Amino acid sequence: MLELKHVSLSVDDGKEILKNIDLTIGDGKFVVITGPNGGGKSTLAKTVAGILSPAQGSLFFDGKDITNCTITERANLGIGYAFQQPVRFKGITVRDMIRLAAGGELPESQLCTYLCDVGLCAKDYIDRELNASLSGGEIKRIEIAMSLARKSKLTIFDEPEAGIDLWSFQNLIDVFRKLRREIQGSILIISHQERILEIADEIVVLADGQITAQGPKEEILPKLLKGESCTFCPRQEEFCHE
Amino acid sequence: MNEITKELLGLVSDLFGAPDGAYNIREDGQCAGRQSTEHIQINSKTDKPGIDIIVQPETKGETVYIPACVTHSDVNDLVYNDFYIGDDADVTVVAGCGVHTDGEEESQHNGIHRFFLGKNARVKYIEKHIGVGEGTGKRVINPRTYVDIAEGGYLEMDTTQIKGVDSTNRVTRGVLGKDAKLVVKEKIMTHGDQTAETNFEVDLNGEGSGVDLISRSVARDHSEQVFRSKINGNTSCSGHSECDAIIMDEGVVSAIPELTANHVDAALIHEAAIGKIAGEQIIKLMTLGLTEEEAEAKIIEGFLK
Repeated sequence: MLELKHVSLSVDDGKEILKNIDLTIGDGKFVVITGPNGGGKSTLAKTVAGILSPAQGSLFFDGKDITNCTITERANLGIGYAFQQPVRFKGITVRDMIRLAAGGELPESQLCTYLCDVGLCAKDYIDRELNASLSGGEIKRIEIAMSLARKSKLTIFDEPEAGIDLWSFQNLIDVFRKLRREIQGSILIISHQERILEIADEIVVLADGQITAQGPKEEILPKLLKGESCTFCPRQEEFCHE
Repeated sequence: MNEITKELLGLVSDLFGAPDGAYNIREDGQCAGRQSTEHIQINSKTDKPGIDIIVQPETKGETVYIPACVTHSDVNDLVYNDFYIGDDADVTVVAGCGVHTDGEEESQHNGIHRFFLGKNARVKYIEKHIGVGEGTGKRVINPRTYVDIAEGGYLEMDTTQIKGVDSTNRVTRGVLGKDAKLVVKEKIMTHGDQTAETNFEVDLNGEGSGVDLISRSVARDHSEQVFRSKINGNTSCSGHSECDAIIMDEGVVSAIPELTANHVDAALIHEAAIGKIAGEQIIKLMTLGLTEEEAEAKIIEGFLK
């Protein structure tokens, strides 16, 4: 479904954020990318969505080279992206955004189901604006509801657990399960959360811009939990001397 | 009523034909139709152009339409409309203005509206301005609104000017008595070389009075806007003004607040935010499949909704 070949990306001051990344995400797979902060996880997600362009390398989606496709083109091909810090809009309501995500008119009952799935009472939220009056947790849940409505072939979630207040983790997990069951698409999640790692098919560890470990959950997760994450770190010697 | 007037009426007051209830339709400085009702009388002024609208006390739920249309170039329309709203009345006033130019000469409409609200009277005042037509003559609308609200009264003014008006200079003055409230919601979008200037001045004279001035605007191309808000808190009262503007292309927006607290219990606030559309807003909508242009249009549509 998604294939990254030799993808590298640098920022303006020349620092390499992604170094020669090769990554394949299969159809219907649930892949979690984890690793230390600053390791390049969000940069990788933004590169897949088309928000950032790689300096080198290519991206393929369903066999098509999307390296030079715009954000809009990738969205229309079936790449969805839930922001780590959702964007606020003055005057645009929750209803408007979910409809935009769904790509057209939606029956009221369907709109309500999406909100209900993320633990929000539809009648309290549907006509609210996505402005500063919503808390960080509320807007994050609306962002996830939009992903449910979007039904993308590949949905990327950048730290979906961040800021999820007063809403049980189990519900978030149920949302991912539902997404997977109903859309049968692939899911790429950036997360540090053990409980999200636990439901992954595959885990990718990204540190210092490189993939330091990759494989089935059964293989990677036990190592991570044993505190051996250091072994995936390319700068382990440096840290171990400190 | 000519065809252009009919079109303008649809644009400024969503009217198609004569409305039910009280109305006065002004066309090129003349009266093109009028109707009074049992509770709302509309009379021509005898000393100058314009009308008196008298709403009986306790009139509830009625709407008065007083649209004004200028249908061709070289018209300079000046009108004085006075509203006397009786105690405990609760009415809606729809006062749109459309200017259509077909030639090179300028046309303008200067509407001077005065509202006198009795005790506990409530008014929703809706005003929509639009300019249309193929002519090169400037379309000018200069509204003057004077609001005097007695004890416990409430007036909400929703004013919108989205396109086609080349020059506008709006002056709104308010004098508020005890527990009176004034809410003004202004929406403006300017294009080309248009200019729009807004001046609010409100005297909070009555204890417990309050004003809320909210302006949302978009300045595109080479257009320029000035927002001035002057609030004088003369007693225990609350005042808030807010100017929220998006600038695009070479657009220019100035926000000039002036708050004067003449009393230790006067609580006055001004907020202003002027800037371009946030890049991340456009990116978010693009990830939902909109093009950059569609995303921009959606953001502005929401902002000015």
